[in-house]
Amino acid sequence: MRHSATSESRAARAALIGVALLFLAVFVVLPLVAVFSEALKHGIGAFTDAITTPDAMSAIRLTLLIAAISVPLNMVFGIAASWALTKFEFPGKGLLITLIDLPFSVSPVVSGLIFVLLFGANGYLGPWLIEHDIRIIFAVPGIILATVFITFPFVARELIPLMTEQGRDDEEAAISLGASGWQTFWHVTLPNIRWGLLYGVLLCNARAMGEFGAVSVVSGHIRGVTNTMPLHVEILYNEYDFVGAFAVASLLAGLALLTLVAKTVLEWRFNLHRTGVSH
Amino acid sequence: MISQRFRPAHRRDVLPGFGLALGVSLAWLGLIVLIPLSTIVARTAGMGWEEFARIGLSDRAFSAYRISFGTAAAAGLVNAVFGLVVAWVLARYAFPGKRLVNAIVDLPFALPTAVAGIALTAIYAPNGWVGQLFAPLGIKLAFTPAGITIALIFIGLPFVVRSVEPVLADLGRDIEEAAATLGASRLQTFRRIILPAIGPALLTGLALAFARGVGEYGSVIFIAGNIPGRTEIAPLLIVTQLEQYSYDGATAIAMIMLLVSFAVLLGLNLLQIASRRRSAA
Repeated sequence: MRHSATSESRAARAALIGVALLFLAVFVVLPLVAVFSEALKHGIGAFTDAITTPDAMSAIRLTLLIAAISVPLNMVFGIAASWALTKFEFPGKGLLITLIDLPFSVSPVVSGLIFVLLFGANGYLGPWLIEHDIRIIFAVPGIILATVFITFPFVARELIPLMTEQGRDDEEAAISLGASGWQTFWHVTLPNIRWGLLYGVLLCNARAMGEFGAVSVVSGHIRGVTNTMPLHVEILYNEYDFVGAFAVASLLAGLALLTLVAKTVLEWRFNLHRTGVSH
Repeated sequence: MISQRFRPAHRRDVLPGFGLALGVSLAWLGLIVLIPLSTIVARTAGMGWEEFARIGLSDRAFSAYRISFGTAAAAGLVNAVFGLVVAWVLARYAFPGKRLVNAIVDLPFALPTAVAGIALTAIYAPNGWVGQLFAPLGIKLAFTPAGITIALIFIGLPFVVRSVEPVLADLGRDIEEAAATLGASRLQTFRRIILPAIGPALLTGLALAFARGVGEYGSVIFIAGNIPGRTEIAPLLIVTQLEQYSYDGATAIAMIMLLVSFAVLLGLNLLQIASRRRSAA
């Protein structure tokens, strides 16, 4: 059978699909399988023991706390920035969008370093902080700052294209019918953007819980105090407690899988078309 | 749009909240991003050339830059080929399980880097699933630059696929049909028609993957082995400097990484503009 002029022969198609699937299997799927397989190597008992040690539990609590603080902060920022950028015209818009994206192009280690330069013992505000007995670096506030920096662009990045497309007609109609600004936002804008917002928040949350490099620089790795889940994975791994490291890692991998499922469902169900790269 | 553009400056906009929204955005941007980032520049300016060069341009730092930029480039080349194949298959073919495959492409975005790092090390170590296939041949993957490259292939793949795929999907079939009518083979059409059209998107994906790879830390440090001069990456050197409380040393390396990344991205951007102009002509 002859194939059409603008497609490949059946054999070429099969070969290309085969290459793509094999590449993804080796480079992407295999690591995921390895996480769960190593975590369950010595049975489910060893797995549950590893994730219920006091250090592991406090790492899980800290990670949840960090996400619970930094995600809402960046959600409010993301909504405010998108409102200003998409509903109004003003000079310097392009520059503002570029600056919002800036944290994506900075190494995680540098993202941690900048807060050490500001708040560390030899940093710009270090002496003042020591004088007033305020700890930011090697303490929870530093971890929150680094996480907020790293996850800064996620929500705004999802909302800006969506709200640009929706324009401002709905809001103008609501205002002309006598609605107040907040009423318009709650009853018109928010329902319009809720799925895009959820999408952005999901990605933001996954990164907030999983961030390693930036948090590692500012945390000081104090067990039970400033140890997040990814840092706990590192400590256990370096102590050759592989089952423990992979057990905690598998919780994070589970979170990643849940995020991907939710993302796929949102894209498919609500037709949030994705063009370009979302990190 | 027209009414907006010609609205007299003194009349108030019907939509409220511009001042509040912009104010909140600028304040948050300044506090979280701009002021902290400016410390790198301020610290560099304050330390003097000698101190900057002592660590930032030391032999150990130079080999770290070579390893970071070299492995990021090697991973970029692998992803340019295989990422393009994955994007092609996703954009053009129908096959069972496509939605699942599509979701899997995003896994490196979603999986925490430390998790990826220990998993890749377990697989590619001499006794790991893949490592033991290569060990009898005398090839070591983990704890060598090859291992670092493998980690960066994992991290960079979605950048390439997600940049190229939408362009491939939108590419009109009419030019390809015309090429075929004029007697071009499928491979000729790909080389002469399709590749130039997706070139800019491919370069964008490569630039994003490269920038991410150069700064990558979590997925690399476990598999790298971290031997100074051989498998020590630049971000790790920053951490090492900080552990010795050498803020200046850490800043110098960070500044050089930022400058080189910026230069590479600028170069790729210029290349992209040139190739866009060529394909438009």
